[in-house]
Amino acid sequence: MDTTSIGGCAPEAAICARGITRDFEAGQTTIRVLHGIDTDIRSGELTYVVGESGSGKTTLISIMCGILYPTEGEVKVFGTDIYKLTDTELVNFRLKNIGFIFQQYNLIPSIDAAANAAVPLIAQGVPLAEARERAKVLLDKLNIGNQADKLPRQLSGGQQQRVAIARALVHEPRLVVCDEPTAALDARSGRRVMDLLREVAVAPDRACIIVTHDNRIFDLADRIIVLEDGRITHDGTEMPDDH
Amino acid sequence: MLWIAIRMLTGDSQKFYGLLFGIAFSTLLITQQMTIFVNLVERGASGVYNAPEAEVWVMDPVSRTTDVSYAMPSTALDKVRSVPGVEWAVPHLRAQANVRTADGDLEGVAVIGVDDATLIGLPKRMATGDKNVLFAPDTVVIDDVGVTRLFSNGASPLGERLELNDQRAVIRGIADAIPSFTSTVVLYTRYSNALNFVPGTRNRLSFVLVGISPGQTAEGVAARIEKETGLKAETRKEFARAGVDFIIQNTGIPTNFGITVFLGFVVGVAIVGLTFSLFLRDNIKQFGALKAIGVTNSRIVQMVGVQAGLVGMIGYSLGVVGTVAFIKGFGSNPFFKGFYIPWQIPLISLAAVVVILAITGFIAIRSVLRTEPAAVFR
Ligand SMILES: Nc1ncnc2c1ncn2[C@@H]1O[C@H](COP(=O)(O)OP(=O)(O)O)[C@@H](O)[C@H]1O
Ligand SMILES: [Mg+2]
Repeated sequence: MDTTSIGGCAPEAAICARGITRDFEAGQTTIRVLHGIDTDIRSGELTYVVGESGSGKTTLISIMCGILYPTEGEVKVFGTDIYKLTDTELVNFRLKNIGFIFQQYNLIPSIDAAANAAVPLIAQGVPLAEARERAKVLLDKLNIGNQADKLPRQLSGGQQQRVAIARALVHEPRLVVCDEPTAALDARSGRRVMDLLREVAVAPDRACIIVTHDNRIFDLADRIIVLEDGRITHDGTEMPDDH
Repeated sequence: MLWIAIRMLTGDSQKFYGLLFGIAFSTLLITQQMTIFVNLVERGASGVYNAPEAEVWVMDPVSRTTDVSYAMPSTALDKVRSVPGVEWAVPHLRAQANVRTADGDLEGVAVIGVDDATLIGLPKRMATGDKNVLFAPDTVVIDDVGVTRLFSNGASPLGERLELNDQRAVIRGIADAIPSFTSTVVLYTRYSNALNFVPGTRNRLSFVLVGISPGQTAEGVAARIEKETGLKAETRKEFARAGVDFIIQNTGIPTNFGITVFLGFVVGVAIVGLTFSLFLRDNIKQFGALKAIGVTNSRIVQMVGVQAGLVGMIGYSLGVVGTVAFIKGFGSNPFFKGFYIPWQIPLISLAAVVVILAITGFIAIRSVLRTEPAAVFR
């Protein structure tokens, strides 16, 4: 059976995932974490993936952003069948098209905020000075322009997260993914980060996926996908009533 | 990215210095020990180097080195002189003796008897005094390292009397000589004096030193001497080599130095390997993030390669500079007299550093390469 034909892919879809399954080996047994996910992610929207811990959210977005191979199924990102690319092509595809916000930020401790934010540009081969300038513009927008010359350890946690956000956006990717950005934050800071992401990350030609189980911030989403035990049980603009 | 790699490394100053220390320490140990080894075994040839005029050394067939020789009958000298291609031939005596010093101490010395007429057999230069003092009666010239052994209080040995085989000897000069392997005190005197200074046996002629006629080769003359006299004749180069080989074969030195050099290598692998692995492990999250963002494995290998290269270059330079400083610093110590660093040795330690970094880098980088980019979300 030709999987591309299942449901078809809307040409304007940022991500088109079809028949995604993922198995993990656990000792002798194989555990199926995702059971045939079909979904499209649209540009210009802030999409939430929510669900209980262990429901497969991280696995799903890892597959959708090209850092984890699915066991079955295919993923088209902006029309490219990413898992048919060679390893190097896939790495370069991510570098060009995807921005990541990691929960632990993973900033490089010995280079300053501007250089950290500029990492995707530097990796693309943009000269250091120019990359830093472009990163500084973004840091300004995130209200930490005056911290550009500081090392990560000289910054507060919130400031470090803003540097991480700047790094995800500096190369103007068409897809931004973010796993549990507010998990470690109190309600007010979490809200502030989500407001900020909505403001800077969402753009007409950009798709933005955020994994969260923080029900305090559901109202900010354009679309909410609910995962339960590796299956999509809800897909709409608001949370279902029973949650 | 390479800029980032260097900043990652230098930013972690503790590990950076640890790595530098490991490489510098290995380089120092390997370079310094090999230098001492080479210079020390070369001392086995000091007897040859200290008689620079001799182009061919003639000896009894059982003699092996300048210090392990069996005397020939004095008729050997005339036999050698009659061989075509021999420009000149002079007698050369080498023997062990005991001297009683003014303080009443007994010290073993080497007595070297040089040609009465030409003084051939003396080292090239004198440290103090003139070679011609040897023409005065009962005169000996002492070697400079011997001075430090026999006159450790720093007093001038000139004019000092020694008692050698019940004979009186007066020190009237100091030769600038390459010390022997054992740093034995050496007393140079005329051949005829030497015969009195060492207890008598029938044969006393240890060597005949030969100069070759113009147009002859040392090898050719040596071969002809062997053929016509039945004695053993070696060129300067061959005989120097024989002295070195004798030390190598008859002392534990190569093994001992070999073990130290090997330990230097092992310690380098251990320190550098451990520190490098720790460094990469500490940065594994950052490398994982880079991989997810879009840095290829080959780029990561380049980054680690640059880190290893930087550590290697600086650490190696420090190690070599340290060795040079060490040799220079001890230059006035008689044990290190004339020590030099043969150019091959820094190359060998450079190769060792490259191997150390290649082994440890390869082991350390595997964990980085194995890191799944998906791990960044965990
Ligand atoms: N690398 C892995 N190896 C084995 N099991 C895994 C691996 N990654 C995830 N899992 C399992 O898959 C399930 C879903 O994990 P995950 O996608 O992280 O869920 P969520 O992000 O919703 O908490 C969990 O039961 C987890 O233990
Ligand atoms: Mg998760």
